Amino acid sequence: MSKMPKWADLFLIPAINLVLAFLAAGLVVLAIGQNPIDAIYFMIKGSLGSTSGIGYTLYYATNYIFTGLAVAVAFHARLFNIGGEGQAAVGGIGAAVVLLAVDWPHWTVALPFAVLGAAAFGAAWAFIPAYLQAKRGSHIVITTIMFNFIAAALLGFLLNGILKNPATQNAETRNFSPGSHLPTAHEMLAPFGIEFSRSAPLNFSFLLALACAVLVWLLIWRTRLGYQIRAYGHNEGAARYAGISAVKITILAMLISGGLAGMLSINVVMGEQERLIKEFVEGAGFVGIAVALMGRSHPFGIVLAALLFGMLTQGGFELLFEMPAISREMVLVIQALIILFTGALDHMVRDPVERIFIRMRKAA
Amino acid sequence: MDGFLQLIFTFDSSIRLSVVLLLACLAGLFSERSGIVDIGLEGKMLIAAFFAAVAAYHSGSAWVGVLAGCAASLSFSMIHGLASITYRGNQLISGVAINFLASGLTVVIGNAWYQKGGQTPTLAGNARFTGIDLPFARALSDVPVVGPIYSDLISGHNALVYLAFALVPLSWWVLYRTRFGLRLRAVGENPASVDTAGISVVRLRFQALIITGILCGLAGAYLSTAQAAGFGREMTAGRGYIALAALIFAKWRPWYALGACLLFGLLEAISNLFPNINVFGLFTIPVQFTQALPYILTVVILAGFVGKAIPPRAGGEPYVKER
Amino acid sequence: MNTQNPKGRQDAAAPAIELRGISKAFGPVQANKDISISVQKGTIHGIIGENGAGKSTLMSILYGFYKADAGEIFIKGQKTEIPDSQAAIAAGIGMVFQHFKLVENFTVLENVILGVEDGPMLKTSLDKARRTLTTLAKEYELNVDPDALIEDLSVGHQQRVEILKALYRQAEILILDEPTGVLTPAEADHLFRILDGLKNEGKTIILITHKLREIMEITDTVSVMRRGEMTSTVKTSDTSPEDLAERMVGRKVLLRVDKKPATPGQIVLQVKNLRVVDEDKVERLRGISFDVKAGEILGIAGVSGNGQSELLEVLGGYQTAAGNIAVNGQDIDLTGHHSDGQSRRARGIAHVPEDRQAEGLIMDFMAWENVVFGYHHAPEYQKNRWLMDNSAVRTDTEAKMERFDVRPPNPRLQAKNFSGGNQQKIVLAREIERDPDLLLVGQPTRGVDIGAIEFIHQRIIELRDSGKAVLLVSVELEEILSLSDRIIVMFDGRIMGERDPAKTNERELGLLMAGVSGEGEAA
Repeated sequence: MSKMPKWADLFLIPAINLVLAFLAAGLVVLAIGQNPIDAIYFMIKGSLGSTSGIGYTLYYATNYIFTGLAVAVAFHARLFNIGGEGQAAVGGIGAAVVLLAVDWPHWTVALPFAVLGAAAFGAAWAFIPAYLQAKRGSHIVITTIMFNFIAAALLGFLLNGILKNPATQNAETRNFSPGSHLPTAHEMLAPFGIEFSRSAPLNFSFLLALACAVLVWLLIWRTRLGYQIRAYGHNEGAARYAGISAVKITILAMLISGGLAGMLSINVVMGEQERLIKEFVEGAGFVGIAVALMGRSHPFGIVLAALLFGMLTQGGFELLFEMPAISREMVLVIQALIILFTGALDHMVRDPVERIFIRMRKAA
Repeated sequence: MDGFLQLIFTFDSSIRLSVVLLLACLAGLFSERSGIVDIGLEGKMLIAAFFAAVAAYHSGSAWVGVLAGCAASLSFSMIHGLASITYRGNQLISGVAINFLASGLTVVIGNAWYQKGGQTPTLAGNARFTGIDLPFARALSDVPVVGPIYSDLISGHNALVYLAFALVPLSWWVLYRTRFGLRLRAVGENPASVDTAGISVVRLRFQALIITGILCGLAGAYLSTAQAAGFGREMTAGRGYIALAALIFAKWRPWYALGACLLFGLLEAISNLFPNINVFGLFTIPVQFTQALPYILTVVILAGFVGKAIPPRAGGEPYVKER
Repeated sequence: MNTQNPKGRQDAAAPAIELRGISKAFGPVQANKDISISVQKGTIHGIIGENGAGKSTLMSILYGFYKADAGEIFIKGQKTEIPDSQAAIAAGIGMVFQHFKLVENFTVLENVILGVEDGPMLKTSLDKARRTLTTLAKEYELNVDPDALIEDLSVGHQQRVEILKALYRQAEILILDEPTGVLTPAEADHLFRILDGLKNEGKTIILITHKLREIMEITDTVSVMRRGEMTSTVKTSDTSPEDLAERMVGRKVLLRVDKKPATPGQIVLQVKNLRVVDEDKVERLRGISFDVKAGEILGIAGVSGNGQSELLEVLGGYQTAAGNIAVNGQDIDLTGHHSDGQSRRARGIAHVPEDRQAEGLIMDFMAWENVVFGYHHAPEYQKNRWLMDNSAVRTDTEAKMERFDVRPPNPRLQAKNFSGGNQQKIVLAREIERDPDLLLVGQPTRGVDIGAIEFIHQRIIELRDSGKAVLLVSVELEEILSLSDRIIVMFDGRIMGERDPAKTNERELGLLMAGVSGEGEAA
């Protein structure tokens, strides 16, 4: 018998975890002599209080949807892909190579190729750890961590070398051709008479991310591959019985995961920077872990969790203006606490809640 | 002679750089040997570096800093224990959380206390570890070859450096010559063997994590009170992960760990001192390659192409008593 | 029962170990029910029973892994509480588990001293253990190189290390759980000599096994366990293998299965000289040959762990093997390069695996998701090139649930929320309704309630009557006898013999299962 109703598993437990994480974060704020209620107020106001705030929130959320989906697809096959950071960085190289290679006439033409480049490079970066896990049993967590650092070195090498814009001192490429400019939220909404912030970096990629969420949902719950991924993730022995190849599933799941992580660069590199810079991933690969955990590896949950983390990121910037004593790294603390409570200390909440439900059932 | 001195200088630099790695690597060794995978070395070092700098600044004593650093790292280690031993959670996720928590907390608290963008005030005088001249270092410095090796390479380091190197034989001895070491290795390989022998798996693993916490504390304190003169944000800069790589490279053994950390320290020193190495005028080894080499080597080792690295067998899995 | 010495004083005449009224339940399952035994010092006591009879639970209670719900344990007449392993060791109990609790990359010496070191330094402990081991080796034929790594030792030697561990802890009572399961006959003989030696030195030994031969060969007294109860305790000299087989299997009410005589057709499955060597380099199948014809049920009897699982795995396509297998006259690739569960299904082989929870079902999947499991590539379940037709699967599931009387008939319920019998019906529905040429069935009614057993048996016979071949593997003799048209008995990776169910009985099969060959018919 299941120990608790489904709604409790899907909503109650994450909610309790979230509350605990915010309580702990509140304690930190208190400890540095600030008012946590004010902090929350300013964060919400900063992230949702203006179209600029919303624009930034959704821009960050776009990144987190990509990386969250990446982590989730791997999770479904019971693989812990901690290499989203590196796969996104290499995906950026792929997008940049495509966007620099051709003088693109229009973004609608450029986008499919850029997506292809970003996803293919991200997937390729995930392939080696996946292959080593499937064929040689090398622990994928460690290899993907190593590949994050190798990716950073690779990016640095290229940006100081062949991809470098000779016109500047910085490690960055030249700007992409104007034809590859992705429409921003401001540009997209203006025709409908909606005045959206011009400064916010929110762009077409957000819709792309939502489309990916739908596609991942279809993949996981509607396709044979998704079915096999889930079966393999739930029970390796049963998958063997059913003739599902462990090697094939491990590699395919990681390729998809890496491809999704690579697509983050469409938002940042193509949509916002319009050139490749060095540290454009900014930890989004790691945030993806928190997003996937919080969203219970379901695309719908991931979009919600990504919005939450987008709010946190943007709210953290605003907080710095309103309450200078709290630095924006407070966001990192909150993220860490959410990962800790939802991921690592799950049993701490789950076990007592389960006992309560069992007792209630007995009483009924 | 110039080339020789440059060599001495490079080695000296790599010793300084490998100390942090060595301490963190030994820290990871105790944890992983007990069956608890620890990717949170980075975070523990970072929080230790911060509190060590804070305590050293306010007390004026580097040793007080070390104590504070160890306490901070230890408390993080206990969070990891709570998550991965008591609540049988995912050890990897717990490690990730700890790294994030340290990144965030150090800057948040540092900024709140000192308003310097996460930095702590510069340490001076006794608040920092300074070099110790070994006996006759001055006298011998003019002797050819041996002189520079002794007075520049071996002498003149601070106390933590000598401590770190002394910890290698000590760790080996604890691991292979004591009852505690035997049990520790056993619990990382087959916790059921320890359990059926009537020894508490939980207690042993917590003991291991205490050692891990203290050693990470030393590593962090070294960073902020010896290598640098104060804490700077993200000052561990991935060294926790290099230490993890070194641990795998060393196949979870203390003496090998020394070798791996010296090698990785040397690579870092080379990339600092000679960013782009020109090989016989034919091609240039870019600095990024030297920087990435520890990770590349680790992947090669993990892939089992060059000497298989077999981790402790019970690593990563929470122990649940079976019948 | 023995009720001497109620005050619990030490008493030379008191039994070395005595259990009184031990009971233990796991939820609704009563694993041990009011168990009492008494074992005299210097004897070997056997506990025999089928899988799931409750032997292991009883031993876990003795070693402090579980706390009994009721009952008392007396050691040398002294009431003793055993809350944990440490207490068991202190009470002089040593345990040799079925799965050894050794540290693989430790030396023998290191394993021996683990937990009973003398002081914080290892050297003195190791030296002392080395001396003790030399003595023990001489005394009991327990020769093992003290400096060898466990992973380099054979299974038989590893077992000796476990015994040495117990003796080094000065165990007076040694419990061995299925000790010969992993041993070759020669190794088993050696083990028995060791146990005899220990007995003569005054140690008390409890031997848990399901092999009759061992009981007859080495024990002084024997207790039979069945379904959590200790049904009888007798002197070994007063009993016979036949008698024990009967007591062990029990005289349950036979579930009569109505079936017409078989009308076997052509050969569907032909197995020739099949060999399997597992990851530990142990030979699990030692060259077996048999065939199954259309329209018959071939039953494979045997105590579990004698190669039946490996046979099913090979046929099901997820274990590599040497030898030949042909289905409908066509050879099957056994190398693992081009064979997997999918290609076997394509060849008309359906498989109801032995362990439905570990293999047959994904417990977190809903019923309808489990109904396509293994057949997720089947065209009728696809909407188009990309997407599966989940609603078609659900409709199909509803129909199957109705035909197989699965309760509750809810396709959206997770597998883990069905009872054992209904879980098995889901697997059976999935496999039988593929209309296979050959059905592999392992333990079809393990953990299944009575009502469902009858239903499941009916369905298997119906399949046979429709002219399909059925290979049935079961440890339940009764099931084998009532369903099979021919019976082969497996022991230690070999076929011990073939019998006609009409002309054999449980006693004869039980002997074959125990490795005692009948009239020289063993393969």
